[in-house]
Amino acid sequence: MGAGAPPAIEVAGLARRHGERRALSGVSFAVPAGATLAVFGANGAGKSTLLRVLASLLRPHAGTVRVLGEELPRAAWKVRGRVGFAGHEPLLYRALSPRENLTYHARLHSTGAERVEAVLAEAGLRARAEDPVRTLSRGMVQRLAVCRAVLHDPEILLLDEPRANLDPAGAAALAPLLAGRTTVLTSHDPARGLAGADLALGLAGGRQAFLAPAAELSASDVERLYA
Amino acid sequence: MHGTRLRGLSILTVLTIGTALVLVFFYAPNEADQGFVQKIFYLHVPLAIVALGGFVFGGIQAIQHLRTRETRYDLRSYVAIHLSLILAVGVLLTGSIWAKASWGHWWVWDEPTLVSFLIVFLLYATYQPLRFAIEDPERQARYASVFAVVAGAFVPLNFIAVRLAQNLVHPRVLGTTGGNMPGSMRLTFLISLAGMVLLFATLWKYEMASKNAAMQLKKLRRRLLEREPQPV
Amino acid sequence: MRRAAATILRKDLRLERRTGETVPAMALFTLTAFVLFHFGLQRGELDGELAAGVLLVTLLLASVLGVTRLFAAEQEEGGLDAFLLSPADRTALLVAKAAALFLFLAALELVAVPVFAVILLGPGPSAGTWLEVAGILALLDLGLAVVGTLVSALAAQTRARELIAPIVGLPLLVPALIAAAHALAPLLYAGAPGAVPGRWLAVLGLYDSVFALLAYALFDFLLED
Repeated sequence: MGAGAPPAIEVAGLARRHGERRALSGVSFAVPAGATLAVFGANGAGKSTLLRVLASLLRPHAGTVRVLGEELPRAAWKVRGRVGFAGHEPLLYRALSPRENLTYHARLHSTGAERVEAVLAEAGLRARAEDPVRTLSRGMVQRLAVCRAVLHDPEILLLDEPRANLDPAGAAALAPLLAGRTTVLTSHDPARGLAGADLALGLAGGRQAFLAPAAELSASDVERLYA
Repeated sequence: MHGTRLRGLSILTVLTIGTALVLVFFYAPNEADQGFVQKIFYLHVPLAIVALGGFVFGGIQAIQHLRTRETRYDLRSYVAIHLSLILAVGVLLTGSIWAKASWGHWWVWDEPTLVSFLIVFLLYATYQPLRFAIEDPERQARYASVFAVVAGAFVPLNFIAVRLAQNLVHPRVLGTTGGNMPGSMRLTFLISLAGMVLLFATLWKYEMASKNAAMQLKKLRRRLLEREPQPV
Repeated sequence: MRRAAATILRKDLRLERRTGETVPAMALFTLTAFVLFHFGLQRGELDGELAAGVLLVTLLLASVLGVTRLFAAEQEEGGLDAFLLSPADRTALLVAKAAALFLFLAALELVAVPVFAVILLGPGPSAGTWLEVAGILALLDLGLAVVGTLVSALAAQTRARELIAPIVGLPLLVPALIAAAHALAPLLYAGAPGAVPGRWLAVLGLYDSVFALLAYALFDFLLED
């Protein structure tokens, strides 16, 4: 991470409507390569919308969004292979097995089959790799969803409430897979969220409530968002 | 923006339609076979031509909308299709009346224009239900535009297929005396057509102006609501 | 693009084999419709135009009812998002889904047409003519697949999905039905079949081409947000 290197993610004046409502308004921040940004906010504050915009699933209605130097949505096709996203939905086919699901995604991303095996082993899902996803527990499904997100070894990782449904064993198993990437994650746990992040962004009603290095904030600063 | 020139256009439309009515009832000759009832031709055919033109225009505006994403093209497309659908109902009704008066049946499958319009009507009648089934306005406009383009391309294809399916031995049921229209009929027809085009244009502008005003009002109202302090 | 389309197609075929949502339902509907027609028309034997009409209208209705599942499954399991996140060419999804629908229709017809021949068709055509029948059905299926995919994508994200797909799709399919019916009718007479008027095959071909072009040009707009 050299000085003067362009930020991995740059957002300026981002706005996104949902019908009449403003889902996001005037959001601006920059995430240096390799850093982790934690996004806080109450339900409906715009956290998921922000992540989906960064994932190029939604187009910005105003402002600029730059991921890895490329502007979305115009150049989104250039960075799709380098961004991993795990949202609320696991994006897995319930009738197929973990191995089949991951192989499908690997092929779409032009990634090799060895990577599928490596990720399955790392996440501790080898034992259930052949069972249909609908037979897996919610914790395992969440683990598999994160596997899918990192399968193609992306430089940027976007995680919407990654800890939801995860047991400590699952979280521990996933940690090495998640490491070493520029990460944006949403969190409902102020203390833990701040502990794991370099930067913190607070959203309220789609607007930016605060943006600061995580070290300078306390859990109570974040809790104010939920008041 | 659309309200300008509306009065002038309306006056011109009324004058043209008035002239057409005078011509239809007092100038155009009664046709030999069908008699007085044939005069419905001056309503039926212009309705058909303008409705088709309206659907195609709606499709072109939809292409513009997809290319530029500007909502004004979507509004133009919506209004054009909406009006043309009403005209299409008119085509079906006048065609049916004409068929009943000429042939004693309320419907004739042998008349390709009428049959094609039935299918076109069935298709475009789904335009509004489709729009209302999509909540997000941006997506609604986008999907409506895709529909309008597909439907616009469908119309000529449909006409070809229906026309070919007619028993070619059987002559056109609802037509005038072959292609040779006497001059007086042609003049009357052209004036009627012009009147219909102007009527469509006036109604279109009127509805555009009305919808634009409603949209502006909504925008201002939204802006006003957002000025109010937000709880953090 | 081809590899992505093949991947998606393989996935859809595997899902269909495993869950069997679409083809069995379409087949059951088709067979039931034949029975309904028998009692509704009060005929035990059909030929020519009547036979072509009953067969084709039933296939059309079955396909339009089955079409709603094409994208609905993606919608429910988030498969659409997963595809949009990948660098794969958007057209791959169109090609894969249309190919899947084509194969489902072919599978349906492999069952439905013999059953139709047995329970509703009269003396019927000779063996060689069946090949021509298959050819016409294949041409029709191409059009059904393209229009079905387009309409399914259109309807997938709307509220009354199961209603929107049929009411939009069926009028769009009328020209294809007209052409297929006129092409098929002469073949379904007993003994020496009539010749297939080439004109109708040309219309079907034109229909397929126009809609393929439209789908290719417009599909992306249905996917983005």
